[in-house]
Amino acid sequence: MMNNLLDVENLWVKFPNRNGVFDAVRGVSFTLGRERLGIVGESGSGKSMTGRAILRLIRKPGIVEADHIKLDGVDLLGKTEKEMRAVRGQRISMVMQDPKFSLNPVITIGDQIIEAYRLHNSASKADAYRKSVEMLEAVSINDPERVMRAYPHEMSGGMGQRIMIAMMLIPNPEILIADEPTSALDVSVQRQVLDIMDKLVKERGMGLIFISHDLNLVADFCDRVLIMYAGRVVEVCDAKNLHEAKHPYTRGLLNSLPRLDEPSKRLEVLQRDPEWSKAPSVSGRV
Amino acid sequence: MSMLDVDGLNVWFGKHLERVDAVKGATFQVARGESFGLVGESGSGKSTILRAITGLAPDWSGTLSIEGQPIAKKRPKTFFKQVQMVFQDPYASLHPRHSVDQVLGETLHLHGFQDIDTRVVKLLDDVGLGQKFRFRYPHQLSGGQRQRVAIARALAPEPELLLLDEPTSALDVSVQAEILNLLTDLRADRGLTYLMVSHDLSVVAHMCDRLAVMKSGDIVEIMSVDALRAMNATHPYTQQLFKASL
Amino acid sequence: MSDTQTLREWLLTETPTSRRHAKISAFYQGWLTLRSNTMAMIGLGILVLMLFVAAAAPLLAPHDPFVQDLGNRLAPLGTEGHVFGTDSLGRDILSRLIYGSRITLYIVALVALIAPIAGLLVGTVSGYVGGWTDAVLMRITDIFLAFPRLILALAFVAALGAGIENAVLAISLTAWPPYARISRAETLTIRSSDYISAIQLQGAGAFRIITKHIWPLCISSLIVRVTLDMAGIILAAAGLGFLGLGAQPPSPEWGAMISEGRRFILDYWWVATVPGLAIFTVSLAFNLLGDGLRDVLDPKAGE
Repeated sequence: MMNNLLDVENLWVKFPNRNGVFDAVRGVSFTLGRERLGIVGESGSGKSMTGRAILRLIRKPGIVEADHIKLDGVDLLGKTEKEMRAVRGQRISMVMQDPKFSLNPVITIGDQIIEAYRLHNSASKADAYRKSVEMLEAVSINDPERVMRAYPHEMSGGMGQRIMIAMMLIPNPEILIADEPTSALDVSVQRQVLDIMDKLVKERGMGLIFISHDLNLVADFCDRVLIMYAGRVVEVCDAKNLHEAKHPYTRGLLNSLPRLDEPSKRLEVLQRDPEWSKAPSVSGRV
Repeated sequence: MSMLDVDGLNVWFGKHLERVDAVKGATFQVARGESFGLVGESGSGKSTILRAITGLAPDWSGTLSIEGQPIAKKRPKTFFKQVQMVFQDPYASLHPRHSVDQVLGETLHLHGFQDIDTRVVKLLDDVGLGQKFRFRYPHQLSGGQRQRVAIARALAPEPELLLLDEPTSALDVSVQAEILNLLTDLRADRGLTYLMVSHDLSVVAHMCDRLAVMKSGDIVEIMSVDALRAMNATHPYTQQLFKASL
Repeated sequence: MSDTQTLREWLLTETPTSRRHAKISAFYQGWLTLRSNTMAMIGLGILVLMLFVAAAAPLLAPHDPFVQDLGNRLAPLGTEGHVFGTDSLGRDILSRLIYGSRITLYIVALVALIAPIAGLLVGTVSGYVGGWTDAVLMRITDIFLAFPRLILALAFVAALGAGIENAVLAISLTAWPPYARISRAETLTIRSSDYISAIQLQGAGAFRIITKHIWPLCISSLIVRVTLDMAGIILAAAGLGFLGLGAQPPSPEWGAMISEGRRFILDYWWVATVPGLAIFTVSLAFNLLGDGLRDVLDPKAGE
């Protein structure tokens, strides 16, 4: 039990609207150790909401409810907004899909990294600079000095995402939540970014929540996978066994992918069963 | 005679010092009834070729011909009866204030059809939407439904050549399967010719007969889908791309 | 009960059965969004009330707004028969306010019709066509923007002659450039969107694209901007009135009433304050409504 960095029990995200309440996430439970946990699902399945709810980043009028969200045994739900701010970034970091929207366009990358570093550590400017260069080297950026002087728009998507990861890792968080971190990237770059994340998570013993719509990617990259549908977890399995998944929804998703090695005239179409969204959420606790 | 003949196509943006060459000397032919794929990473110029064919990218040189007829710089109305395009993002390609009925009705009106009502009904049936979607607005539709409307709009003038710009990259995989099946069926039913852009090799393998691999504006290799499935590439960049996609 | 329930369902249906049904349904959804915004409803309520007051002015006004009673001049608030007191010529302020609402509405309505439409026309053409057309139209807009608004209006009125209609025309002539700027900016973003490309690929001409595809998207932000500008328009009209170039005495235009009362503001504060409060209330109402309308009309906000 002590290995659990994060313990989420019965998480709900609710959005009150004109016709009642819309439940984006419905009773999701899981634990996260020092591992790579994948959350997969289609758009609207509540996978991103789950990630955001942990950090209480749900916009109004959304409501987060849970029995508990424990970080190292301390319930995050009991914390005030001010205390949460210390948790965000410091202990749990989040990497978003598009780096372009996460970096300030009018400040050089170096200044942004240094600022982020000094926010979390009391260090002199020179120290912070040195540390920032090291961070950029850690995410396989070849000429960190030049990147430090550059502005975000001069960076390609892959570079931008590496910089974001570097920034998120500065405070040495225990948990990294990555929400579709590679969806905006080309396949070749995608692989490099994943390798970097993988290396850092392993070296630092972090927990990683990897949110993605890409089943193959998650099967490849993660240790354990939660499959979400309509706000619930329908199946939990080891990533390497994902292709032998049993739930008809997971099977349907896998089969609807065109395959290079198996030509077919038509693709299989997922038949949705209303029962899936009624069945209780499967627990992802270990 | 091929349906589409692209010969030495150059496309550029900007002028003088700021000129960026997006496509450099692209040459390929697409036969009638064939489905041809363009693959490459972002910025390789694959979508730009489609935009040049339709005239949305105004600065180009080289020869583009449809059924042996060279395309003039100013596209005549008859051109759009032959060539139509489906855009990548179904959330951006439908006017937010126009209902499905308005979108299809206006398209049919512009192409001079008289029996608009019956044609709208038929188009919606053809793309598997049905009547209950006719008077909905885009915000009342899911991504897949929107893309079906966009496909119906492209089919309205009864074109022969359909340009598909990453038609499923913004959609979930299960919806992607539905849309790809729809496109396969439509091609079979209407004898359409496809020119499809995608970054996803397995989608291209599923949909196309032949494909061209692009890298920073150049076509580095044209190959058959069988060669793609066998991972049989001659150009080093193509080999690299294949490896990354595995 | 069941009847109203089905009407609501009919209005909120996801599957409209005809063009008209779809339009009514979309309108009703917008109305529901607006209705859930309390502040906007307060604004709308004030404006509806004002419309009613303007329409029923002869019935509501306790006195003739033009009848002077010099023996009873500058009567304080709450005087018998004169709730808001009387002005320097002994005219009942309440009655003048009630009749003045007609003039205010008239000015506002005319300016709100002329300026945004002119701006929309110039802005969208300029933004869509681009090139030389854009350069010429935008330089003209800049010239208008370069002058202080009231000075320019003064020059126009001086040329056209004093009077409410000419004041309206002058204000409209000075008010359109910001609308042209807004609609040009909107047009530039709309022009490069996929749905405009898509309709271009159907062979649609510039006229159709501007009127049928760009206008409907620009109009919403213009409506919002107009409602937010109303206060300024009322004040500009008042300013012209004060300088003797707008509403002519004895017409009970609110701005003219303020400038009249200004002379006595230290000893008889209500004479200027009451019409001031009226302007304030109406401006506030327009602002609140404008804010609410933005939530309803902006296609970018919400899903």
